[in-house]
Amino acid sequence: MVNGCIGYAATNNLELASLQTAAQQAYKQALFSSRWWIHPFQPATERPKVVGEYISPAAQPLDTQSIAEINDLLICACQALKVSPQIVQTTASATTTQTEIWFASSNGSQVYQKFSFVRQHYGAIAQEGAIVQQRTNNGWEASCYQGGLELLQPEYIQQRAQQIGEQAIELLTAPECPNIRTNLVLAPDQMMLQIHESVGHPLEIDRILGDERNYAGGSFVNISDFGVLAYGSFLMNITFDPTIPAEFASYGFDDTGAVATREYLIKEGLLLRGLGSLESQKRAGLPKAGVACARACSWNRPAIDRMANLNLEPNQGSFPEIIADIEHGVYMESNRSWSIDDRRYKFQFGCEYAKLIENGKLTKTLRNPNYRATTPEFWHSLIKVGDSSTWKMYGTPYCGKGEPNQAIWVGHGSPVCVFANVEVFGGGT
Amino acid sequence: MKQQKLSAVENSFNQLVETLLDKQQEGEQFTVKLNSEYSQFTRFNHAKVRQTGTVSDGWLELTCMQNQRSNFRLIPFTGNWETDWKLARQAWQQLQEELPLQPLDPYLVLPSGNNTSREVYIGNLLAEEAVIPAILELVQELDFTGIYAGGVVIRAYADSSGQKHWFATDSFTLDYSIFTNEQQAVKDTFAGSNWQQETYAAKIEEAKKQLKLLSLPVKKLPRGNYKTYFAAAAVADLLSMLSWGGVSEADLQQGNSALAALSRQEKVLSPLVNLKENFHRGSVPRFNEWGEIAAPELPIITKGILVNTLVNSRTAKEYQKTANGANSTESLRSPELGPGNLARDRILTSLDTGLYVSNLHYLNWSDRPTGRITGMTRYACFWVEAGQIVAPIENLRFDESLYRFWGENLLDFTNFQEFIPEVGTYQARQLGGSIVPGMLVEDFTYTL
Repeated sequence: MVNGCIGYAATNNLELASLQTAAQQAYKQALFSSRWWIHPFQPATERPKVVGEYISPAAQPLDTQSIAEINDLLICACQALKVSPQIVQTTASATTTQTEIWFASSNGSQVYQKFSFVRQHYGAIAQEGAIVQQRTNNGWEASCYQGGLELLQPEYIQQRAQQIGEQAIELLTAPECPNIRTNLVLAPDQMMLQIHESVGHPLEIDRILGDERNYAGGSFVNISDFGVLAYGSFLMNITFDPTIPAEFASYGFDDTGAVATREYLIKEGLLLRGLGSLESQKRAGLPKAGVACARACSWNRPAIDRMANLNLEPNQGSFPEIIADIEHGVYMESNRSWSIDDRRYKFQFGCEYAKLIENGKLTKTLRNPNYRATTPEFWHSLIKVGDSSTWKMYGTPYCGKGEPNQAIWVGHGSPVCVFANVEVFGGGT
Repeated sequence: MKQQKLSAVENSFNQLVETLLDKQQEGEQFTVKLNSEYSQFTRFNHAKVRQTGTVSDGWLELTCMQNQRSNFRLIPFTGNWETDWKLARQAWQQLQEELPLQPLDPYLVLPSGNNTSREVYIGNLLAEEAVIPAILELVQELDFTGIYAGGVVIRAYADSSGQKHWFATDSFTLDYSIFTNEQQAVKDTFAGSNWQQETYAAKIEEAKKQLKLLSLPVKKLPRGNYKTYFAAAAVADLLSMLSWGGVSEADLQQGNSALAALSRQEKVLSPLVNLKENFHRGSVPRFNEWGEIAAPELPIITKGILVNTLVNSRTAKEYQKTANGANSTESLRSPELGPGNLARDRILTSLDTGLYVSNLHYLNWSDRPTGRITGMTRYACFWVEAGQIVAPIENLRFDESLYRFWGENLLDFTNFQEFIPEVGTYQARQLGGSIVPGMLVEDFTYTL
């Protein structure tokens, strides 16, 4: 930071001379921009001193199984997925990652964070003539957690893989999702995507400030909406919570050193805070209306406003109780298609697997389920939020944003939810 | 990257390959792939600088193969031989130790052939200190946002059979949009290897003219079916979907391709549709992850018929096909969609009444087996009546099958094409782009 302007230089060469060159380049970049800089920052407020440590929980360290053992597990999963000759593709993958980050600053800050990530994916594609159906383990690579190899449970993986294969086959002969307005019940593995796209991204303050307008887009939310806007129904309680053990994007500090704490972004439907770093809060004139969310995907990208763990808090009702109260509706699981506009207003999402709800019971399996709505209309139609027995968390390593582009890891937890009078529809012809 | 540094990277790469060849044991084979760049990234918002910096990066993918098994390591690559060899030697030892633990791979592609190439394109890029004033001085009265990315990009390959390729190019992309007070925007890109200030200035002047059109009151259209003209950038977005479950032979074989119905000849595309890979422009390397060199041109769809899919050597082995130099993901690297007959000055009159769509956003398959794509209109999109632009529109969601918009509903492509550069920077700066015309489509489905 030079006179309130920030320049950066990143290098993969950790030799002293290379680091010195990088520091000089960063200094020059800050100087070159000084006449044109967007907002003067202050070291004391936008880069406060911090000292600390965060280490992911991991009962069984990542190096305690051989590559051969993990490969065998995945090969067995593929065999379990192939329940029929109609399964034309099986996929099983496990990705284990250990990341260490040291954050140091001339203001005396020193933070050490050590992350242990385990990602799993199991999927099958079934085909009968022109009918093709895909079924996966809660959507594309949604099984993402912090932890160790205790997350790879062979018995569960075998059972789950077989179920995925069987459901892919089941979908081949299932009727199309009807084109209708009805009650929509979303499983937590689809709520993950719903929260991510229609709550997380529009609440990023850098989007609201216009930084992303040339790429990811802006937001339908305005700076003046914080503390005022009724984002959804009173059942909507959204927290930014990087403190949940094992959730994919837990951490102790963001990448500018801000201390990460649990905060309500939306409480009883009212918008309270945004996803804004100390820099964004300053630029927006919204002190204490952000969270510790300045994150970079790696050493070679600058920190920007990101989601971390963004969760919908549980309310009341078990899954059977929720279904029992619905006369007609569609229950959908596992995202397979996602698209939303640059202001995060008009969306259309598709799922892998659905069930018709008739007179309080899950009846027929449906294929190609989709739904579309606008964000405010949708969240105001939230009429039921399940209890903690229905709450599940997932994650993704592929949240894309930023110029230069960055893909970062995020976590989302949610109960089963019911939305009233939603436009649902089936596949094409 | 200065010439001296560029030479150091090439020398270190060559020395590494030669050392690995020296140390190669009987039955052992290897490939070495390099991705390297020195980039300046400067990000703008409201015609100010939001973030600016440089990235000096490089990584090597080292793959070891023996007894029908393979494994790989990714390691940093700096261009400093001592540093690079220290990391590579350690990685190589680990690969050798772990290789017997890997499962047998029946479709493993071993290095073969004797292809070599060396292409180096020296450009004329802006000096680091000149980037910001060159871009911002012309747009001070505008709400300008976007990113400049410039510098050298290197892709290289070598293997134990003696194949070696080196591709280095200076390049820049300026990807920007300019907004009105009502948040309507003009979007454009300026890309190449030689920065020309007068070309950039002309683009900004053209954008200013479009901004005047965007200042008209916005029209909100009901969902429905509209005749639509898609400008080249929008066509490039639609075309990009074919790299994601479209033209890949593996996807076709594994039930994952939107072109399966075309392949089975159950559905047809318009005879106006002609798609090929065309490497003549030279903006991307022709070699792939196995060191194979693709033909300068490969027809994929000719007069609406799928005449070739992209087949890499691994897929060829698995499904008894003939490889055609495709990359590991069997995606389009240098696509060209052929022109039609619609002249530039006939676009609006041929559209008559309907939508003029400049850009699209956030495309995804909504039902891949039927070729259905959903997405949004974005940036400068207009309602046209009787061949005249009447108003910018509130953005619409579409949900439409490629078998309709490239099939029975395709009226024509323009008789001119545009190069739409690839501006992506996930992990690294991407290269190349697509050459596409605009297109006129009847009865396009908008759903929200």
